[in-house]
Amino acid sequence: MTVTDTETAARRITTAKAMAEGIGLEMRRDPDVFVMGEDVGAYGGIFGSTTDLFGEFGADRVIDTPISETGFIGAGIGAAVEGMRPVVELMFVDFYGVCMDQIDNNMAKIHYFSGGNVKVPMVLMTAAGGGYSDAGQHSQTLWGTFAHLPGMKVVVPSNPYDAKGLMISAIRDDNPVLYIFHKGVLGLGWMTNNPRATGHVPEDPYTVPIGKAAIAREGTDVTVATISLSVHRALDAADELEKEGISIEVLDLRSLVPLDREAILDSVRKTHRLLVVDEDYQSFGMTGEVITTAVEGAFDYLDAPPARIAIPDVPIPYSRVLEQFVLPDADKIVAGVKSLLTA
Amino acid sequence: MNQFNRLDSYKEMVRIRQYESRILQEYHADKQPAWDIGAGLIPGEMHLAAGQEPAAVGVCAHLKKGDAITAPHRPHHFALAHGVDMKAMTAEIYGRDSGLCRGKGGHMHLFDPENHFSCSGIIAQGYPVACGQAFAFKRRSTDNVAVAVAGEGAANQGAFHEALNLAALWSLPVIFVIEDNDWAISVPKSHSTATASNADRAAGYGIPGVRVENNDVEAIFEAAGAAVDRARAGEGPSLIEIHTLRLWGHFEGDAQAYRGAELETVDERDPIPRYAKSLVDLGELTEDQIVTIAAAADAEVDAAIQFAVSSPEPKPQDALLHVFA
Repeated sequence: MTVTDTETAARRITTAKAMAEGIGLEMRRDPDVFVMGEDVGAYGGIFGSTTDLFGEFGADRVIDTPISETGFIGAGIGAAVEGMRPVVELMFVDFYGVCMDQIDNNMAKIHYFSGGNVKVPMVLMTAAGGGYSDAGQHSQTLWGTFAHLPGMKVVVPSNPYDAKGLMISAIRDDNPVLYIFHKGVLGLGWMTNNPRATGHVPEDPYTVPIGKAAIAREGTDVTVATISLSVHRALDAADELEKEGISIEVLDLRSLVPLDREAILDSVRKTHRLLVVDEDYQSFGMTGEVITTAVEGAFDYLDAPPARIAIPDVPIPYSRVLEQFVLPDADKIVAGVKSLLTA
Repeated sequence: MNQFNRLDSYKEMVRIRQYESRILQEYHADKQPAWDIGAGLIPGEMHLAAGQEPAAVGVCAHLKKGDAITAPHRPHHFALAHGVDMKAMTAEIYGRDSGLCRGKGGHMHLFDPENHFSCSGIIAQGYPVACGQAFAFKRRSTDNVAVAVAGEGAANQGAFHEALNLAALWSLPVIFVIEDNDWAISVPKSHSTATASNADRAAGYGIPGVRVENNDVEAIFEAAGAAVDRARAGEGPSLIEIHTLRLWGHFEGDAQAYRGAELETVDERDPIPRYAKSLVDLGELTEDQIVTIAAAADAEVDAAIQFAVSSPEPKPQDALLHVFA
């Protein structure tokens, strides 16, 4: 997709709608695809990820579950090893605590344990992210936690086009795919309006490859590597910086596993400066991994020590002033870029 | 067992209802015209307990200083009935520095160690914690008890079942309370739970289980009294399922289309006007008292909201405090 396509094409939908559309297309194509989770039926998913699917496919294929995440994620694994392609929703990624054994010790390890003999073609989709004062059990991103654990792909779309194409790729993938959508990129009517959450999406099925980063905006002075809602923040920062004659390249990683290390290195070789922005906890996470990639693979190209902006290793606080202090935003990215340029 | 006091119970239910009604009003007041869940003086998700007052009042009437409660994401009624300071709680909901948790927790994460009260946004998370509090009370030879509260949807969580087994095994002074308001967000109990009554599940752990119908504060008081007495006497845990009513949405902004015709009758089932009428019929409440009781509750709520909005916000950098002791 080019920027021109986005701006001129008539059919514009939200990221949430694009996800649901991707699932629906795969359900039409493949009778083994089904959806289950809490409130995915008549409600359409708390975050709209299954909008209209219940009406089309009915309760046999769009299944409301009890609040039993260990039970229904485990059941998803079971259906997947028997060759079905479940799309299972964990309502908030924060709820991983009640079901992590099935996710990490089971879903992610079966293929390896079986010596490659058993596949788990399952999508676990889940909502993430803060910025609306939902406090520390409903506002985390946690993608770095999952990416740390071998055996599952971790996909994190930032826009409607990618959301649909990555969802279709995830469903067709023979591996377990954790598909994390930030609430702030979905275009939900009850969240702060985000123009970047609506965009051109073709009606037909298409795939976006898992493991390929996208250059969301080309630039020359600093690479800003990021993911999900922070791509929007970086694009906002890019608009500001452009007024001052500073050109940043915004790299949308799109997935953490696989991580497109070549794309990171290519961009750093071009700009010679790297800022990594992440709405996840700072230590032992994505920012460290991306910076390490640059240091290991493009050390000689770096004109300044790489920098990062992430959650400063505290739980997400409730009060707006406290939460905004810890979240990345465009102003912090602008300041981070300028600091890199004077380093 | 404590004697039931009808007028006090009515007053407490009204106090909670006036609180929830005002929070409802204040929550929505500055989110117009464009609905934005994160906007306004009270941001974030809001789960209000209107219709569930009988559960909190009937249970908490038996509790004394030192007794503990772990409440779920819909906590205000149990917090207020258990003596959590309304001003400090309200300031927390407004994200203020004077709040119970200095603005860090918000409405789903209220911690009041003085009253041994806590709540959580994770379903059934408080059930095992109540076991630990009860363990401490028992080990210290007090007769305090711990009350674990969760919705009927929580009875399908692993933590629920593990906690029941643990409490039964160790004969802990715990009262497990299930508030069955028929709905786990949009999923009705009939679509989520294999048994009609969660009270039946108590048998699997060898403990008493009762289900209280009709959202009746007096019947709840009776059932809770038996469970609290049993726990204080060192005879172990009990399970009480209370059939109650979610008068409003799961969260504020929930259009509740999924409730269909059932939604049309919620007002008829509102337990507070119903209880007022029964007390008037008994001659224990007058129409004048109905007005003055509501006015007194309003005044207390007004003062709490005034305290909250006039309290300073936390300093932004205080976000970095309190990760470790």
